[in-house]
Amino acid sequence: MIEILLDATVRAGTPILFATLGAILNERAGIINLGIEGLMLIGALAGFAGTFASGSLLVGVLAAFFAALAAGCLHAFVTVQMRGNQIVSGLALTMFGIGITALFGRGMVGATIQGFERVAIPGLSQLPIVGNAFFNQDLLIYFSFLLVVAMAFFFYRTRWGLALRTAGENPAAADTCGVPVSLTRFLAVIIGSGIVGIGGAYLSLATTPMWIENMSAGRGWIAVALVIFASWSSYRALAGAYLFGGITAMQLRFQAMGTTVSAHILQMLPYFFTILVLVISTIRLQKGASQQPEGLGQPYDREDRK
Amino acid sequence: MKLVAEKRQTSSKLFRFSAPLISILVALFVAGFLLLAAGVSPLQAYLEIIKEALGSTYGLSETLVKTTPLIFASLGVSLAFRMQIWNIGAEGQIYMGACGATAVALFSGLENHVMMITAMFLAAFLCGGAWAGVAGILRARWRVNEVIVTLLMNYIAILAVDYLIYGPWKDPKGFNFPLTAQFSDAARLTEYFNTRLHSGFFLALVCALVLYLFMERTVWGYEIKVIGSNPKAAQYAGMRTGLAIFAVLFLSGAIAGIAGFSEVAGLQHRLQHGISPGYGYTAIIIAWLAKRSALGVVIVSFLMGVLLVGGDSLQLSWQLPVAFVYAFQGLILFFLLASEFFIQNRVRLVRGTSHD
Repeated sequence: MIEILLDATVRAGTPILFATLGAILNERAGIINLGIEGLMLIGALAGFAGTFASGSLLVGVLAAFFAALAAGCLHAFVTVQMRGNQIVSGLALTMFGIGITALFGRGMVGATIQGFERVAIPGLSQLPIVGNAFFNQDLLIYFSFLLVVAMAFFFYRTRWGLALRTAGENPAAADTCGVPVSLTRFLAVIIGSGIVGIGGAYLSLATTPMWIENMSAGRGWIAVALVIFASWSSYRALAGAYLFGGITAMQLRFQAMGTTVSAHILQMLPYFFTILVLVISTIRLQKGASQQPEGLGQPYDREDRK
Repeated sequence: MKLVAEKRQTSSKLFRFSAPLISILVALFVAGFLLLAAGVSPLQAYLEIIKEALGSTYGLSETLVKTTPLIFASLGVSLAFRMQIWNIGAEGQIYMGACGATAVALFSGLENHVMMITAMFLAAFLCGGAWAGVAGILRARWRVNEVIVTLLMNYIAILAVDYLIYGPWKDPKGFNFPLTAQFSDAARLTEYFNTRLHSGFFLALVCALVLYLFMERTVWGYEIKVIGSNPKAAQYAGMRTGLAIFAVLFLSGAIAGIAGFSEVAGLQHRLQHGISPGYGYTAIIIAWLAKRSALGVVIVSFLMGVLLVGGDSLQLSWQLPVAFVYAFQGLILFFLLASEFFIQNRVRLVRGTSHD
């Protein structure tokens, strides 16, 4: 029972994990991205279409990454180059994503592909309780583990990571030190968007190997909230994403067991808990030192430097 | 040769007023390519939108029917935007307003038309307000991000309506369809000219006027603007910013909630799934295009009403998904944001290398 739940937790949490990691990359560089929901949809459709056309899952994942990256360019251009309002631009990106995937997804409705399959890691997958859930999964899940570690390494152990964090914390200081602030922010936004796209692709290539209009169903917004819960750390993002995977898994389990509680009420739980967690982590952040990048949400213009 | 952006001393007046229009035109142009890629002739599609939405009395009345909820929701959203508070939850507030109005219509037993309609209106106002008020309390008390809270509550509101219409409120005589019973005549707004145009539209116009006067002619309206543009100065001046944040979000949600009332009492006469096909999201764009002005909201709502009615007919004739309208709206927003850059900056082509 626990093994099954844990397995469902990881599978439900993975798309949110990718989305949260992508959002963290954006926000670490100082750019709020509320387009996560739209980017996930773009990733989901591009991933599905790529796999459908080529028969290769790798092509699908790459298509998702680059399609979301291209859409992220819109947000990056408006917020970094044009110094436009980041909140409004992100909302525009979400709407654009919902609309454009509905338009171009028409031909993909009802199509089927062979989705990701489980690959057991010899030895580790035999571990009691956690073995099956963490080491008998598909390749994208293993990739997400790798990405969590790689991102923490990038932020805290590399020069570029430091430059990116400085561009988010104090762009004027970063500029003085020779960090190309605009370029750094631009790249963080588009690569982060690409990672969000992979989260979308997980939905259409692994969770349910098909394309459904608006299939992200609010997961992008949950990811935006989880960034605050994770206090901009990739390890905590993993914990947050699995927390929500867990709630989703339990909710589905309850439904499968045929409880008398309405399915509609159960479906509210992930959103309800996201709000709860958001409130708790916001209060906690205010008590301790805030981890939020200082320059988050503020456009940088060298001429305004004081 | 190099492109150089220079700050303007004063923002360009010409650009400031023409920017929303230019953004819409550029968005139409770019969306045309998307339509082409999807195998639809953009010129024919645009002509059809105008013909369907404006070409007949019926089309025009349908456009006004769609304009009505948009005005309410956008007024609510722009009120909050004025204070730099982001109410992204108008969609959920519409659903909650509709819930409140429906509860009164089905269970109050009132028979007097005026009393019934007044009670429904108040219920919608309070329900929409309370729904947004949750985000208001969280924001005012603990500075919890209201964007995320209001947005996630949309999903909860829509599921709550689903729960009611599939469960306790389902019409026992409704052949098991997920609908409530039809409202009695006392709970219906008057319709005009043999069309679906109902008195909700005129209520929306009145509401816009009241909000205009509130924003431009009262101390509260002024305080909202000050708190929005400079919260520190507002606090020094003795304004109670926490209370104002809650009050504005409550009022913002309450006005959006009226849209729910107007939809169930004026148009649908029952509660059902999809009462709002995204009016709450379109409202965000309208508020931004209208520069948060109450009277601008009325004009832009009408333009969006044209787009929605036209979009519906494209869905029938070209099998375009309704959600395509979102892609178009997203584009308008992008171009509007980009155009604001040109209001503040002058872009020139400079020969040789520029001085940096």
